[in-house]
Amino acid sequence: MSTPVVVSCSEVVKRFQRGSGTTLALDRISLDVHEGEFVTLVGASGCGKSTLLRALAGLEQHDSGVIAVDGAPIRGPGAERAMVFQNYSLYPWLTVRDNISFTRQLAVHTRERTSASVEAALGRADALIRLMGLQEVADAHPNQLSGGMQQRVAIARALMSRPRILLMDEPFGALDAQTREVMHDLILHVSNLERCTVVFVTHDVEEAIYLGQRVVVMAPRPGRIDGIYSVPLPRLRSQPMKNLPEFIALKAGILDRIRATAGMQTDVDMLAQLSDRAHAGPAGSG
Amino acid sequence: MQTGLLGPLRQKIDRRSYLVLVAVGLLTPLLVWWAAATWGGADPVFLPGPRQVLQRVQVWYHDENLLDDLSISVLRVLAGWLLSVLIALPLGLYIGTYARVQAVLEPLTDLVRYMPAVAFVPLIMLWIGIDEQAKVAVIFIGTFFQMVLMVAEDVRRVPITQVEAGQTMGASRRELIEKVILPSAKPALLDTLRLTMGWAWTYLVVAELVAANSGLGFAIIKAQRFLQTDKIFAGILLIGLLGLAMDQGFRLIHRLAFPWLHRSA
Repeated sequence: MSTPVVVSCSEVVKRFQRGSGTTLALDRISLDVHEGEFVTLVGASGCGKSTLLRALAGLEQHDSGVIAVDGAPIRGPGAERAMVFQNYSLYPWLTVRDNISFTRQLAVHTRERTSASVEAALGRADALIRLMGLQEVADAHPNQLSGGMQQRVAIARALMSRPRILLMDEPFGALDAQTREVMHDLILHVSNLERCTVVFVTHDVEEAIYLGQRVVVMAPRPGRIDGIYSVPLPRLRSQPMKNLPEFIALKAGILDRIRATAGMQTDVDMLAQLSDRAHAGPAGSG
Repeated sequence: MQTGLLGPLRQKIDRRSYLVLVAVGLLTPLLVWWAAATWGGADPVFLPGPRQVLQRVQVWYHDENLLDDLSISVLRVLAGWLLSVLIALPLGLYIGTYARVQAVLEPLTDLVRYMPAVAFVPLIMLWIGIDEQAKVAVIFIGTFFQMVLMVAEDVRRVPITQVEAGQTMGASRRELIEKVILPSAKPALLDTLRLTMGWAWTYLVVAELVAANSGLGFAIIKAQRFLQTDKIFAGILLIGLLGLAMDQGFRLIHRLAFPWLHRSA
């Protein structure tokens, strides 16, 4: 990859205390994300994908290893790493416009308080409102919006201060399937226009492939990177690409890996037993 | 659909039916009272009727300085309650925000909360005396400890994602408290203020047991000595009405201050 590295993780370890023992949530994770890249993290629950993202955001402290942005190790959350959450992150007391320009109230973003910068910020908020198709609801409050519209606001708000990297934690996980498809094309379009670097966590393999240039597949117990796949599709995606053989093959391959590492063997055995019993007939009880 | 007398579960009713039912709820006890006093055959000393109580209020107003009693009581309640608010708001905010502060203060507050405020009256007289401060102190003790815990809970109920979103936008700790946690908790905090104001009123009579010579609570206690049951009724009703008026005032402020919470979808 030719562009410079924005975020680098090397040997990142995170342990969770659970009762008397500890679990390894992240086992020596090393990963570089390059400028302008769209990386998706996917894996079974408990694989540490959200933990890794939250560690990148600085919301979760890691025990050892280094996470660096532009070469400088991070210490806690920072404005250059904006995050979009699954839900409930908007401020219900602010209008859509005020939510989006919330960062303008914060000291980090207003050190140079010149009229030009204020004007630029107003223009930026308006541009994002248009980009996200929020003109009609700019003066509404979040609780008047559908889930999809709320997530548009959350994305616009995160982009407001031009972060170095956009972290997205299952941002479309609570949306219905149709709204999700629209949001997929929207976020691809926006990330392309804004040339932003994105790390996107999902449990949906199709979503991971459709959005990502690289798909990082993680596995649980301990949380680790199982494999990294380059998506053999052009940067500009469209829904029909989901039917291409290379898309389908990649999806099947990743799903296989996730099943193999998910540690759900007991569930598989139980299901097999149940179907055996069903075939044996209703008489087979006890 | 057969829903019976209670109507469907957890569903809104239209404004008109609501108001009708409110009227039924308020007027029925009044009617029962009136009927019992008129035809119940009870001695008016035990059960004065509505008309008698109303006349008593007029006499109180014209000859016995009702307005003085009323205003001094309102002042005492407000003073004790405001003092609680001034200390409980910042303290609750810190308890709800910082687990370390919570660990130090919350169990203690929980303990004191269960100590009856009335039982503190002798101590208050001993330490503070029998002046106005003593009455305010009773109301303060009755409301403060509950209020701290409720404020802390309101603050803790602010969704963590709202706070984390602020953090990833670069908000400092102070900005998180001022621009995220406080505004987010405000509607709940106003409800807490409303509820604790109600409790402040309930401690008024206790407060005015402490060597008072004015106030609604004092008037009730004095009326008891002279067996003026109608005045006891009048005093209790007045306190109820004042409390209700303040409660409605808080609800109005809530609607005006947080319009987005009151919009019907």
